Amino acid sequence: MDTDKLADVVHVEPPAAREMVRFDKVVKRYGDNVVLRELDFHVKPGERITLIGPSGSGKTTILRLLMTIEKADEGKIHVDGDCLTHTRRGDHDVPADEKHIRQVRKKIGMIFQQFNLFPNMKVLRNVSEAPVHCLGLSRGEAEARAIELLELVGLGTKVDAYPSQLSGGQQQRVAIARALAMQPKVLCLDEVTSALDPELVAEVLNVLRNVAASTDITMLCVTHEMKFARDVSDRVLMFDKGQIVEEAPPDKLFTQPEHQRTRTFLRAVLEEH
Amino acid sequence: MSEILDYLPLLLEGAWLTLQITAGAAVLGLVCAFASGLAAVSGSRTARAVSMVYVEFFRGTSALVQLFWLFFALPLVGIRFEPIAAGIVALGLNIGSYGSEVVRGAIKAIPKTQYEATVALNMSAYRRMRSVILPQAVVSMLPPFGNLLIELLKGTSLVSIISISDLTFSAQILRSGGSDTLTVFLVVLVMYFLMAYALTLGMRALERRGAASIGRGKIPIQRDVAKLPEPV
Ligand SMILES: Nc1ncnc2c1ncn2[C@@H]1O[C@H](COP(=O)(O)OP(=O)(O)OP(=O)(O)O)[C@@H](O)[C@H]1O
Ligand SMILES: [Mg+2]
Repeated sequence: MDTDKLADVVHVEPPAAREMVRFDKVVKRYGDNVVLRELDFHVKPGERITLIGPSGSGKTTILRLLMTIEKADEGKIHVDGDCLTHTRRGDHDVPADEKHIRQVRKKIGMIFQQFNLFPNMKVLRNVSEAPVHCLGLSRGEAEARAIELLELVGLGTKVDAYPSQLSGGQQQRVAIARALAMQPKVLCLDEVTSALDPELVAEVLNVLRNVAASTDITMLCVTHEMKFARDVSDRVLMFDKGQIVEEAPPDKLFTQPEHQRTRTFLRAVLEEH
Repeated sequence: MSEILDYLPLLLEGAWLTLQITAGAAVLGLVCAFASGLAAVSGSRTARAVSMVYVEFFRGTSALVQLFWLFFALPLVGIRFEPIAAGIVALGLNIGSYGSEVVRGAIKAIPKTQYEATVALNMSAYRRMRSVILPQAVVSMLPPFGNLLIELLKGTSLVSIISISDLTFSAQILRSGGSDTLTVFLVVLVMYFLMAYALTLGMRALERRGAASIGRGKIPIQRDVAKLPEPV
């Protein structure tokens, strides 16, 4: 895969603010279950962070709040200088309406564990549909770009296949192309290789390594692939019960974790592999 | 037996009218089903309420009484329908209320993850429905729609009660005219059956096309191992 070429196809606009993502005292509850309690953290433009932590610690919830699939109960989320959750009316903030959310959400993309391709569209359409309707590209432009992206993820021959005709690894690469086609500044990745047969994991991780190497996209990654996390991320955040236990560059966090909780977790994960 | 040839023209004419009423009511029913089904899943409380009242009313009361209402009761307040129009409207509204549930159910059955993918691509609610949800939902609506269509065809015999000369009405005429009741009604049964069977075949063809439109044909999994991206 041609790294320079990817940089040509995926143009990411320069950041508008010093922080690309900021969570500001974010609270998320499901009934009595407080999943995130006053969570604060930020991600710098171009930074790659990995979120780790035990099951149920709230990692997926963080990505889904950022992607606006879920709504925060309290607190604010900022993306590239814009508030995603609120708009200013007079001199106080009110919850953002759909129009405002769509405006800010343009900057964010997500890749899912189960790929979530559209089964009713061929691969080419999966990648070009949103650029036509949500970025305003012509069908021709959008398809030309989709083909370039699909070639870059190694699926140039599959443009006319339906998702159901592809292996899991191929589907996930289509999903990556589909997300990149929207030119996001921020990309959320939630255990993107967990649903794959072991022999298909590498092809997806290789594509993601290339994306990381050749673009400035800010990435928030939930993964159990520790080697990938180590290679790609600038910072690892260890979560437990909706709070950050510890954060450090991967070399430090994986070799000399400070907290007992992190140590136990890493030991458990490493044993599993 | 040669008698058949004498009354066949009348029965064929009746069958033709039956098909026309079925087609008219099916079109009206389809429109009602989508309008009401989409309203039922919309964000508007009012739209959902209107849809619910429509569905519960037309499913919960007899189609025959609905027909009587249109044909005998409404003229008393000055609204008059031609008999055939009354038949089409009553049957269409009735079948539409069942269809509405089919539409609603099919939309609700689309996995939440599809909705999430459209959010991640920043699609508008309209675009989500138009490009992603409906094309998939329509495929799973086809089999229940097929059933409703057959129900509708058979249900058209109700209109014979308001003196529309459909297939059933024509048969009644022949019977009261002294024709051989046994053969007449046997022929009528066969005619209904043939019409229903033709509709079934048509729906099956649609279902096959629908399945293909979401890649659910008989196509083997392809693995393109030779084309894996190189590691950096
Ligand atoms: N839709 C929901 N309704 C109710 N509770 C939910 C819902 N989604 C998540 N939760 C709860 O929120 C908590 C955090 O879930 P989340 O999926 O964010 O965890 P996670 O860190 O991603 O875990 P995993 O590693 O298993 O994916 C869990 O206790 C979960 O049960
Ligand atoms: Mg999770």
